[in-house]
Amino acid sequence: MSNSLAKNFEEIFDGLTTYAATVEANRCLYCYDPPCVKACPTSINIPSFIKKIASNNMKGSARVIMEANPVGASCARVCPTIELCEGACVLNSEEKPIQIGHLQRYATDWLRESDVNLFTPKPANGKKIAIIGSGPAGLSAARELALLGYGVTIYEADEKAGGLNYYGIVSFRLPQDVVEWEVQQVQNLGVEIKTSTKIGEDVLVDDLLANFDRIIVAVGMGKVPMLNIEGEHLEGVYDAIDFVKESKASFTDKMLGKKAVVIGAGNTAIDAATCSVRLGAEQVQIVYRRTSKEMTAYDFEYDFAKQDGVEFRWLSLPKRVIGDEAGKVIGLECIKMKLTDIENGKGTLTEIPGSEFVIETDAVIRAIGQAKQYELIEHLGLANTRGVIDVEMNSLKTSNPKIYACGDVIYGNGYGEATVVSAAQQGKDSAYAIHYELNANSEIA
Amino acid sequence: MADLSINFAGIKSPNPFWLASAPPTNSGYQVQRAFEAGWGGAVWKTLGDPILNVSSRFAAVSFNGQKVAGFNNIELITDRPLEVNLKEIYETKKRFPNHAIIASLMVEPKAEKWHEIVKKVQDVGVDGFELNFGCPHGMAERGMGAASGQVPDLVEKQTYWAKEYAQVPVIVKLTPNITDITVTAEAAIRGGADAISMINTINSLAGVDLNSWNTIPHVGNKGAHGGYCGPAVKPIALNMVGECARNPYINVPISGIGGISNWQDAAEFILMGSTSVQVCTAAMHHGFSIVEDMIDGLSNYLDDKGLASVMDLVGKTVPKYSDWGDLDLNYKVVAEINNDVCINCNKCHIACEDTSHQCIDLYTEDGRPMLKVREEDCVGCNLCSIVCPAEGAITMKELVHTQPPMTWNERQSLISGFAANSSSIAR
Repeated sequence: MSNSLAKNFEEIFDGLTTYAATVEANRCLYCYDPPCVKACPTSINIPSFIKKIASNNMKGSARVIMEANPVGASCARVCPTIELCEGACVLNSEEKPIQIGHLQRYATDWLRESDVNLFTPKPANGKKIAIIGSGPAGLSAARELALLGYGVTIYEADEKAGGLNYYGIVSFRLPQDVVEWEVQQVQNLGVEIKTSTKIGEDVLVDDLLANFDRIIVAVGMGKVPMLNIEGEHLEGVYDAIDFVKESKASFTDKMLGKKAVVIGAGNTAIDAATCSVRLGAEQVQIVYRRTSKEMTAYDFEYDFAKQDGVEFRWLSLPKRVIGDEAGKVIGLECIKMKLTDIENGKGTLTEIPGSEFVIETDAVIRAIGQAKQYELIEHLGLANTRGVIDVEMNSLKTSNPKIYACGDVIYGNGYGEATVVSAAQQGKDSAYAIHYELNANSEIA
Repeated sequence: MADLSINFAGIKSPNPFWLASAPPTNSGYQVQRAFEAGWGGAVWKTLGDPILNVSSRFAAVSFNGQKVAGFNNIELITDRPLEVNLKEIYETKKRFPNHAIIASLMVEPKAEKWHEIVKKVQDVGVDGFELNFGCPHGMAERGMGAASGQVPDLVEKQTYWAKEYAQVPVIVKLTPNITDITVTAEAAIRGGADAISMINTINSLAGVDLNSWNTIPHVGNKGAHGGYCGPAVKPIALNMVGECARNPYINVPISGIGGISNWQDAAEFILMGSTSVQVCTAAMHHGFSIVEDMIDGLSNYLDDKGLASVMDLVGKTVPKYSDWGDLDLNYKVVAEINNDVCINCNKCHIACEDTSHQCIDLYTEDGRPMLKVREEDCVGCNLCSIVCPAEGAITMKELVHTQPPMTWNERQSLISGFAANSSSIAR
């Protein structure tokens, strides 16, 4: 069974052919002071790497990308390019933007296949950094610190390194081998990654503080919060993050021919819905209390889900999960919503009395965002605002001067975007801030 | 619909589009396919004493992913027996009596050799001859082609020998591998040429293979220079045509050759003084069918211009082609940027800043990136408008004359006039 499903989870796009990449690379105008670079959170010199593809300097091209972005191969696949570099491309007004994401993938695919070593760390400087979390932010920080000569140890609670990139994004958008390769690149620089190691359980915070010069917290976000409605403990109700994570390990047949409802309309909801389709679900619906205008999924994700046959039910608020006598999900009761006063921001949502309806379903998947990492943050004793670690604006330093934080764990109070590429940049930023501080100190001393 | 037929020094052709003497005109089969596709004439692959060819023979230059920006070959003249070629010329002419078949000839620079081949080929009924004094590789090493085409006396003599027996028009095809092509053109005319054609290919090496370090192309790891043609040579050819067309001593029709790929290229050569145009590389790249749009495009263009015949277009730009010393020093254009059309690639800015006259400023207005030309510093070089990818974003604006027109030559003669006056006064 799982073999036939495996095909559904192969990467949806094969990548540019050499011919297509050459044509596309030559189409790039090589702008001066280009808007695409400004739009890239990691400031990849895009015209430079594209011109290098055109001149068949593939090693140089890959270096430009990976130097600026340690998870450049992942970003080539999951970046919302139309919101970033491609959206800023000057050719938008002339014909269509350069396919920067696809070209970045072409160059990084070349690098993965050629197995060329691009980077050599500086001699060890004797200082040690602990990084908690091996997602894009943690890997990025580790790569930069390792290159600067720091001894870096990453602690990862999960079995595999890679964090969100490994577990949280469906494999048909980001295959695991890409993430494994990026992890390997960081390990090649001498970074030690201790997987299946939980801070506070397997390793104590005090020990970290005692044994390392600085600590970076890059633990991302947690599971999907509960809906707090009746019946959500029934068999057949899933956490979208767990659901996607499970699909990375094996393809179960639990969705085969079944009906599924996904609650929420963000990136993870789209992943859970399309994942369900690819696991063989017969009908998949996304239920969202607001409308397509307010959803946080990108337009290209929305289009992708529609192409996969996912249906959308707007202005519908789940009220109750209905189960059968055996305790299995058989339906989801919703109520119709009314959106008024739209002129004022998000508008006012009100239930329409008596509009209750039931969607017959075998599975309900919660995808209403991710919970904060309260427990760990408390453990580390860091000041936070509703579960978001407070950091200094540029240095990303937390309330404990030895601890820095980056990535999704600081997202939510006006800092950054919840994207892989933004996490990668914050990882770099925290690494440079630590390097600056430690060097400044040593010079003074 | 405009009349596309031409009379080229007495050679009649339904349109000005001829296939140049080259691989596409190697056989009757090919030339007949070309005529079926619409080509007005064909200059048969050069006839002469049988030769041997090598493998490989061709190479091309790509530019920014575009294939065949330039084309290089080391193939020699026909490698088929003369009798076979003559039989096929005869058959082709019989099937297409209204199309022009011109036989390209190349023999050693000896009178009897020219007499012999002219007589033999003339008997099968060709419409004209084209003397190949241009082939720069292989044959030149044996004193033929470009080797004899670079010596004005040899050009004159050989033309004369061919003319002694030719009853149909003789075209002399000139080599561009020479400092001043008008010198050999004049020599051809002294020899009695009825027309000239240009350019033959330019000495070239297409490239070097960065892996094997072999030349491109190579023949068993060894290379030799070839002849360059295709789109890249068009400006060189266009100038040579123009120089001949405006020369008062060169009063014969010109057949323009060199990188002509479409009707627009053809129209430019015609405006510059060509009565017919010859094409090779474009046909080798895309096949004979490209002539369809050449005919259609040129016809529509002539209609748009209100011209009844393509002959009315011939040489219309020639009076506008001159020497640098005759250009008006007081004519001035400056670049003007339309920020509503501009896409802010900033290519004009960096081109001007790094490599021209530093007169395009970047600034922001209400948060919007803008570009502006400081007119007082702009020399009107055109560079910004050349690199600009956005149609209409940069125009070169003519400024009103602040001083009367004055050319360098006029200025120099004025100055020497002053000098003469002042010296006579001093005396």
